[in-house]
Amino acid sequence: MNIILSVVQPTSTWYLILSAVLFGIGTIGVMVRRNPLIMFMCIELMLNAVNLSFVALSSQIADIDGQVAVFFVLVVAAAEVVVGLGIIVSIMRRRTTLTVDDMSGLKG
Amino acid sequence: MELFVFVVAAAMVLAGALGVVTRSNPVHAAMSLVLTLFGIAVMFVSHNAHFLAAVQVIVYAGAIVVLFLFVIMLLGVDKAEDLSVEPITNQRPLAAIIGVGISAIVIAAIISSRAGLGASGEGVNETTIDSPDANIRQLARVIFSDNVFAFEITSVLLLVAVVGTVVMARKNKSVGIGK
Repeated sequence: MNIILSVVQPTSTWYLILSAVLFGIGTIGVMVRRNPLIMFMCIELMLNAVNLSFVALSSQIADIDGQVAVFFVLVVAAAEVVVGLGIIVSIMRRRTTLTVDDMSGLKG
Repeated sequence: MELFVFVVAAAMVLAGALGVVTRSNPVHAAMSLVLTLFGIAVMFVSHNAHFLAAVQVIVYAGAIVVLFLFVIMLLGVDKAEDLSVEPITNQRPLAAIIGVGISAIVIAAIISSRAGLGASGEGVNETTIDSPDANIRQLARVIFSDNVFAFEITSVLLLVAVVGTVVMARKNKSVGIGK
């Protein structure tokens, strides 16, 4: 057991594959769930998948720029959540149920 | 040891992600999101991105998830919703095919190109006992020199987000926003 633990080291490829799987789960969540709050959480999952691949590649190519990109993604994610939740709160003022199917007022 | 950390953190990330997608109660989904975010923070630490790991816990788990829970409680939607109905015919199988397809394409690209990425940058400083602030120093130097304009624009973005949210979420008496 100790030999396996010392020989097999997780490489960047493992992290990138995990991040691809996480992105796929987030995509499925956005497409399947009808609650806008859960859809926002799934968008956060996708953003985190991208952050993970940024950091993994940053250490693989030995360049700090990947971590800088993650820093800005964090800021944009925070701003996006604040605005999105503000929109949801103002929509919920005039409705009782929270599903995106009820928000078809802009449908052409 | 590194393998052990990876396996545990990956299990946390995947279990939390599946929880977000499958739990019917939004509060449970938010808690699963916290699990995923902590798993990602652990992986940041194992990549010597200590500052980002701390920011991940503070901003994501501390601020964003609390904001989610706050809105869930404020709107009173903390009840389990009925997940058995499928509003659009064949929506879930199609979504699963598309999601798995996206993952498969990206994984295929990663595996086919994994040999081509060598170390080309100036190196990422490793945090040690002697230099506990190596990561944050290097990050700060790059942010405040090469990316200082983007950093300043970021503050404008946050200001716009705050003002926009206040405008949208207040009770509009005379102004026509949201009427």
